[in-house]
Amino acid sequence: MAGNGEILLEVKHLVKHYPVTKGFIFQRQVGAVRAVDGLSFYIRKGETLGLVGESGCGKTTTGRVILRLQEPTTGEALFETRDIFKLGKEELRRMRRNMQIIFQDPYSSLNPRMTVGDIIGEPLEIHNLARGKEKVRRVQELLEVVGLSPYHANRYPHEFSGGQRQRIGIARALAVNPKLIIADEPVSALDVSIQAQVLNLLQELQKEFGLTYLFIAHDLSVVKHISDRIAVMYLGKIVELADADELFSNPQHPYTEALLSAVPIPNPEMRRERIILPGDVPSPVNPPSGCRFHTRCLYAQPSCSVDEPEFVDIGNGHFVACPVRPFKTQRSKAAVYRPAASAANS
Amino acid sequence: MAEPLLSVRSLKTYFYTDEGVVRAVDGMAYDLHKGETLGIVGESGSGKSVHALSIMRLIPSPPGKIVDGEILFEGRNLLKLSDEEMRRIRGNRIAMVFQEPMTSLNPVLTIGEQIAEAVILHQRLDKRAAWERAIEMLERVKIPSARQRVRDYPHQFSGGMRQRVMIAMALSCNPSVLLADEPTTALDVTIQAQILELMRELQREFGTAIIMITHNLGVVAEMCDNVVVMYAGRPVEETDVKRTFHDPRHPYTWGLLHSVPKLYERSERLIPIEGQPPSLVDLPPGCSFAPRCPFAMEVCTQVDPPTVSIEAGHAARCYLYTDKATEKDKQAATAAGLAASARSRGV
Repeated sequence: MAGNGEILLEVKHLVKHYPVTKGFIFQRQVGAVRAVDGLSFYIRKGETLGLVGESGCGKTTTGRVILRLQEPTTGEALFETRDIFKLGKEELRRMRRNMQIIFQDPYSSLNPRMTVGDIIGEPLEIHNLARGKEKVRRVQELLEVVGLSPYHANRYPHEFSGGQRQRIGIARALAVNPKLIIADEPVSALDVSIQAQVLNLLQELQKEFGLTYLFIAHDLSVVKHISDRIAVMYLGKIVELADADELFSNPQHPYTEALLSAVPIPNPEMRRERIILPGDVPSPVNPPSGCRFHTRCLYAQPSCSVDEPEFVDIGNGHFVACPVRPFKTQRSKAAVYRPAASAANS
Repeated sequence: MAEPLLSVRSLKTYFYTDEGVVRAVDGMAYDLHKGETLGIVGESGSGKSVHALSIMRLIPSPPGKIVDGEILFEGRNLLKLSDEEMRRIRGNRIAMVFQEPMTSLNPVLTIGEQIAEAVILHQRLDKRAAWERAIEMLERVKIPSARQRVRDYPHQFSGGMRQRVMIAMALSCNPSVLLADEPTTALDVTIQAQILELMRELQREFGTAIIMITHNLGVVAEMCDNVVVMYAGRPVEETDVKRTFHDPRHPYTWGLLHSVPKLYERSERLIPIEGQPPSLVDLPPGCSFAPRCPFAMEVCTQVDPPTVSIEAGHAARCYLYTDKATEKDKQAATAAGLAASARSRGV
């Protein structure tokens, strides 16, 4: 499914700070929540880039800022060479035909007072794509594409289960034939059996319509399953970015290693060494100096608390922001673990 | 085998609503032994949380009611106890950790007051001793500088820390059974790893039996000794953790194992369970999984399947293991079981 090399979206030095103010009438800014602090990445046409990280790492903010649902503080986002952040209101509206979003919570992202047909038809009207009979036909077609039935168009969201609502959200995103879909935790509110249905649907749609996904999630096994490349975020920065298989078999950042080892594996016979990170994620209002991970890192050197690590390519498009190369030799077995059974078979 | 510590027998908890009777738990049964960790797996609406609340006798009534069954704890039927007797067991001999660490603590009381409250009530310690006990428990669950933090309010703690506080509170009276209802679901993976590690450690130390209610098969594989798989209020498969993953027998268990994306292997397409879970108000006649089951026979949609003992310590509620199934059905089932177990082995 990997792209043909052409870059669809390129984000450069994206920064989003939320001001922290004090005072009631004369508000003054006393600090900033540094939700996203200098992100750079690109997505090729037709590929899926996974964005993983724990809560509060800025992954959702990244998705929203790219769509300009929130305004960026600084940075560029080039969509087919046009900077999204420099577009005027009307241009932006036209641009949004190309990029759509699927939200996390299928319960709050659909208007309860609109029928499913109106919800899916609304983007068609806004972008002057279809009206009247043509709109009805298109809505029915979209419902079938996402695995629902045409007669569902007259129903209201509350009549549907979580998985079905997420399908409605997907149909709404597909309505305008977008090139890029930002999927913000699209399956995390769903049960596993339904989650598998929606993941399969997203993959089928990608094949059929040549979609490009920015897939934001906290569940590593889901991200691994669907992504071609994966970026790992920690406190507003990408710490590592690589091909999905490469990232999982050869993690180069201590945070990635710990994150992978923390995922419980559904196999009672698999015993791995587990890396338990001490403490909690620090507050993004006052992030640690130098490398933001140094307060919890098991391999931190004295220099880590001073120098901000550079995000460098270590070969084959594997980027990592960790200068501590001894990490490679100290790396535990957990991160490169492969099940014994498959090793014996191959 | 020794007498079970907690024994649930054909427990039925129904809710009487305007839309009809919701059979949230409909014939739950298992034994829990001392020091054991029992996993209860199921998707939302399968009745796993309601069953836990039934054990604690915390079902809001009306609309809820425990209509049938027995919950034998140390030889006594909890459902027959008076409110006063139950109060002496709840939080003392059987404690519970809830899913939401944000909402299950009282925001206007300090952490110390909340832990001490239970200790004063159940252990009859005086205020000062209870306060000391609260500090000791916070240290046990590894909250840094516990002596200061005991005076803090819940909002001053992060999610993971709050769950530690909940565990400290639950273990403060040294219960013999700990009901953990999705204890790590609201937490990030690295924090989840911390909490699971802590629970394992405390279990070794206190010898508490844990009932681990979760939808996460990874958590089950890592924490549990035995597993009950629930679907639509009923236990559908019951065995030890190895056989749950490596010799599963119920089609729903196969479906679950196939639905989870795997971390350390390449797979193109997941095999989901088709369709939706049934509404508990009007359950289909027969097996409630039949409408989604690829192996459903005619009898499955007519009469509720019996619980079949496949071998010692392994039971499944399915016609595939009765004489209702033809040789061909049985062969297909064996193949499907192997496929599911192969997937969980990572072959």
